[in-house]
Amino acid sequence: MTYRADIQGTRYSFASLKTLLARASPERSGDALAGLAAEGPVERIAAQRCLADVALSDFLGDVLEVDGDPVSELIADQHDPAAFAPVSALTVGGFRDWLLDPATDATEISGVARGITPEMAAAVSKIMRAQDLIAVAARIEVVTRYRSTIGLRGRLSTRNQPNHPTDDSRGIALSALDGLLHGAGDAVIGVNPATDTLPDYIRICEVLEAIRTQLAVPTQHCVLGHVTTALAAMEAGAPVDLVFQSVAGSGKANAGFGVTLAMLDEAHDAVRALGRAPQGANLMYFETGQGAALSAEAHHGMDQQTMEARAYAVARRYDPLLVNTVVGFIGPEYLADGKQIIRAGLEDHFCGKLLGLPMGVDICYTNHSWADQEDMDILLTALAAAGVNFVITVPGADDIMLNYQSLSFHDAGFIRDTLGRPPAPEFAAWMEANGIGTGEAALPALGEALGRLRLPAA
Amino acid sequence: MTGRDVISREEIRALTEARLTFGARGRAPDTRATLDFALDHAQARAAVLAGLDEAALSAALGRSGLAHRTVTSLAGTRETFIRRPDLGRRLSGEAEAALADAGPADVALVLGDGLSATAVMLNGVAFVATLAGRLAAEGLSVGPVILAHQARVALGDGIARAMGAETVVVALGERPGLSASDSLGVYITHRPLAETPDSARNCISNIRDAGMGVEAASDQACRLILAMRRTGQSGVALSQSLAAGARLAAPDDQA
Repeated sequence: MTYRADIQGTRYSFASLKTLLARASPERSGDALAGLAAEGPVERIAAQRCLADVALSDFLGDVLEVDGDPVSELIADQHDPAAFAPVSALTVGGFRDWLLDPATDATEISGVARGITPEMAAAVSKIMRAQDLIAVAARIEVVTRYRSTIGLRGRLSTRNQPNHPTDDSRGIALSALDGLLHGAGDAVIGVNPATDTLPDYIRICEVLEAIRTQLAVPTQHCVLGHVTTALAAMEAGAPVDLVFQSVAGSGKANAGFGVTLAMLDEAHDAVRALGRAPQGANLMYFETGQGAALSAEAHHGMDQQTMEARAYAVARRYDPLLVNTVVGFIGPEYLADGKQIIRAGLEDHFCGKLLGLPMGVDICYTNHSWADQEDMDILLTALAAAGVNFVITVPGADDIMLNYQSLSFHDAGFIRDTLGRPPAPEFAAWMEANGIGTGEAALPALGEALGRLRLPAA
Repeated sequence: MTGRDVISREEIRALTEARLTFGARGRAPDTRATLDFALDHAQARAAVLAGLDEAALSAALGRSGLAHRTVTSLAGTRETFIRRPDLGRRLSGEAEAALADAGPADVALVLGDGLSATAVMLNGVAFVATLAGRLAAEGLSVGPVILAHQARVALGDGIARAMGAETVVVALGERPGLSASDSLGVYITHRPLAETPDSARNCISNIRDAGMGVEAASDQACRLILAMRRTGQSGVALSQSLAAGARLAAPDDQA
């Protein structure tokens, strides 16, 4: 079906819904790289006006137009007509107005999550300004639980990310302790391993387990290795709290990550069977990011933001504890500068929340992007206003393994002080008991804390 | 490891380069730490945005007895290069034609800016000159060094094909990290194709004053090139066949 808009005598035509979504996307380098972007600002707005008039129900067909794509099948399976009913007669523009209407109750917005498809969420986000994305997301509370309760209104959790270039046990422990002494890590203490070998995965799990148990921290840990490595580690009896995987919005893109839904199903069952978590806990952790599908040449002509929203269909199959977009990590060929990274971070958070996910953001950039720490300050402040569940934090904002800049432990402190966003209640109680954030710290300084820690032999 | 009393600041620094907090917590980083971070980022940005100083490189290559040619990828400018990696991998038809009389050669040596011209200016010429010497000692011809502006790794494939070179070595600046903006990366590909997969390349990374030295990197590159020419493979296939028993000969094993 062809979509058309006329602006001052010029007719703009869009050959498919997929094309219309791409042309309506706010400017970003990845869509230009893919040859999908609007030719200029006027065509973009023509597409947005056209998109605003499309019925939400039009998105219930196969928008990707790829036969047998497992993510498309999953999206179709997940769609709940009863949840969709309150908005089923609306257009994309009408849906935006409904989301922003003060008469729409917050529980009504949460209630449509299982009726909304990723393409609907992406479509409405494309005609929403930053403040719209913030205002609506701020009304959606998505709470998940393990040893800590994450996502409660008015709180901000953090992932403590103690990566080390050689996965050295004490190097990892030092960064993790530094974060804990700053009050970081109530969402998770999560390490991206430099290698993806099973012995290293198990050793890092044991290091994090030692820290968690010896300091009695009410949190969970995660080694962000491949799901198959996690499965092997669980089989070998490793203390695995959470299973992690990067996921994307098409079957081909997930194949590029070496992952299928069957594998994720198996890992989800396996981690539940370990019985380490309290009853009813959320057990999975996913990362995503705009541009992942394009970089795997698996975007099938769909724009990168819509592909990103499709990845959330994969994530929500598993009622995860944590999901975060790694928004600026992929580089300037996908998100060129601070403006594009800020916009993408707000979109991803909004779409994730609208689809019912416990959305966090790795607020970050690489050195070849036109971005700096000040852009991260702005995005953090905006996302805190939007009620982001958690953010990633590393020592001094410098990830020495992945070679990019994220937030520092200090940055979370800035938001706590400025906007009043305490961490998860269980973790806040642990901090108080140990004097963290006061002058009366019961936990020792860094060198002493490492000295006291009993780590597994390397 | 059992619990000890206190790990000293020096021991901690030996364990990790992480920007840990040693002073007061619960407040913003102090002015010094903030400006140190800003300087590291400024240096990384400067390395990304810098261009090759062709006059200096030309003079240094000349002192090493190496001829050179210059090419620019289709990216043309730094801004385009950073946003459009696909254009940084391709040469114009005219540029390819102009390289036809630069070959044939056994090995094409390409020195490209990549994402850090700083790295190339520091160690690029020393690396290609050392490697050229090693290869000459093995009886291999190298042709003129190709200085490549706005160059990604795959630009070397088209250069080698245009020159009629069987193996191509591309040395270029790696994406700067906050703590190191001067790392040179080397990518070696045997019989490159129009669309060479990255899995068909062998890589040597982190060549810099505080990392791998130029001599060691040149030795490793030379051994890889000889193994490629012996087995006809490069990249993952070469690594696998070497692991399966084919011996990676040291240069002095060759007749």
